Amino acid sequence: MDYANLLSQTVQQIKPSGIRKFFDLLENVQDVVALTVGQPDFATPWHIREAGIASLEQGKTYYTSNAGTIDLRRAIAEYLERRFALTYAPEKEIIVTVGGSEAIDLTMRALIEPGDEVIVPTPSFVCYGPLVEMCHGVPVYLETKAKDNFKLTADDLRAAITPKTKLLVLPFPNNPTGAIMTREDLEAIAAVLRGTNVLVLSDEIYAELTYGRRHVSIANIDGMAERTILASGFSKAYAMTGWRLGYIAAPAPLAKQMLKIHQFAVMCAPTTSQFAAIEAMRNGDEDIEYMAEEYNRRRRYIVKGLREIGLECFEPEGAFYVFPKIAGFGLGSDEFCERLLNEGKVAIVPGTAFGPGGEGFARISYAYSVKHITEALARMEKFIAGLR
Amino acid sequence: MDKILKMLEDDATLTPEQIALMCEKEVGEIRDLIKKYEADGVILGYKTIIDWDKTDREYVSALIELKVLPQRDRGFDKVAEKIYNYPEVQSVYLMSGSFDLAVFIEGKTMREVAYFVAQKLAPLEYIQATATHFILRKYKDKGVVYGNVEVDERGNII
Repeated sequence: MDYANLLSQTVQQIKPSGIRKFFDLLENVQDVVALTVGQPDFATPWHIREAGIASLEQGKTYYTSNAGTIDLRRAIAEYLERRFALTYAPEKEIIVTVGGSEAIDLTMRALIEPGDEVIVPTPSFVCYGPLVEMCHGVPVYLETKAKDNFKLTADDLRAAITPKTKLLVLPFPNNPTGAIMTREDLEAIAAVLRGTNVLVLSDEIYAELTYGRRHVSIANIDGMAERTILASGFSKAYAMTGWRLGYIAAPAPLAKQMLKIHQFAVMCAPTTSQFAAIEAMRNGDEDIEYMAEEYNRRRRYIVKGLREIGLECFEPEGAFYVFPKIAGFGLGSDEFCERLLNEGKVAIVPGTAFGPGGEGFARISYAYSVKHITEALARMEKFIAGLR
Repeated sequence: MDKILKMLEDDATLTPEQIALMCEKEVGEIRDLIKKYEADGVILGYKTIIDWDKTDREYVSALIELKVLPQRDRGFDKVAEKIYNYPEVQSVYLMSGSFDLAVFIEGKTMREVAYFVAQKLAPLEYIQATATHFILRKYKDKGVVYGNVEVDERGNII
């Protein structure tokens, strides 16, 4: 078979994530202390797991309605109101999805016409660009910089908008930098967007993991809710990555069209997960606080630790990553990380994996025990001393 | 400062330096605080949780329920004191309900434990009745689950 001709040209042209190669390397090195994982090290709180198990025991193994059970959509609406002062109608403005990832995919597919431009601030999570390309759109990568605390600035945004711009992705709190956007930062972005037709996909999967101040959604800013698609989920806040459950909150005319795609592509999100998620939304606030406090301790510990071994480190205010500067040793990020892996036996992710602006940096996850982090820091110190 | 106590309760190996970093405090402040907790008897000691079943040590443990006649003015304290002084005794609790003292005992063999109960505990003045329950398996103790060592199975998803 001539697969190359049979396969979609669009798909074939998508570059595979560079990080795969690095993870393959990682699997072949023994005794490595890894700080690479992008998911919580907690198990889902027991009462949430129990709710999932109970639903199975009661035989709730059917498809739900396409948008998700109305109970869960109501619980999500109440949650968004309670924790972020956002108002969405559960009947028409919320869709329960297969993780935050599907929420992002639905947004792209519902909005993008061939040639439409989508502004993607980087460094950021790897999925936005490829999903835009799948829709024959054009990702326009916009580098955020360490000197701006890796925030998206109004000036950079203004310069990037063209008549073809359809959508701005707002990936904050950010993976991999840990940057957040404050209300003032968002006001400045909103001022640029007002008077344009640019929509916003606000990826708020890390919204519950901010340190020192609460997350603010761009949908909270005057006049912005009508142009915002909020994508979020249960994975990070409730340590529910494997349940594959997320949601979209968006203006009804957008949600209505997205629901069609969701309906034909996946029917509905996993039913067991939906029942567990109701318990999470209704009785999980304390779990969130507990885990966020635990991450915060490790955040302080690792930031100070990295600075002490001589790595410049921007103060992350969200998610569970630090993004230290690893330039200055005469090595590119990929080479630094590869040598650190082979010689120092520590695995961290080169910043280049997260798009333009990542060179010179590396992502370190602190979703690990203090003991684990301490060992990694000791090894890194030794490795860096050898480079000097 | 209960937070620091909770951190130490969960992991006694944390150093004052580590705690200080995690709580954004000065190391000296944390050291002083721990010293004070120790002096005040808030922190009573530091121990290691060991799964003896994974070692060669001959070992058996039991929970003994005791019914005790309270003494005038001293209640159960005098009896409890007599009991906790035996090195075989790991824990003694005063309980509500159908018996009075719960005593956890460790010994090498069941025979040794049974002998201790019959010869040392039961004959004590004011003890009215004993019931011995051997512990067959520990599933969880002091918040720690016994059994397999946890392996990090999380997928490398960025």
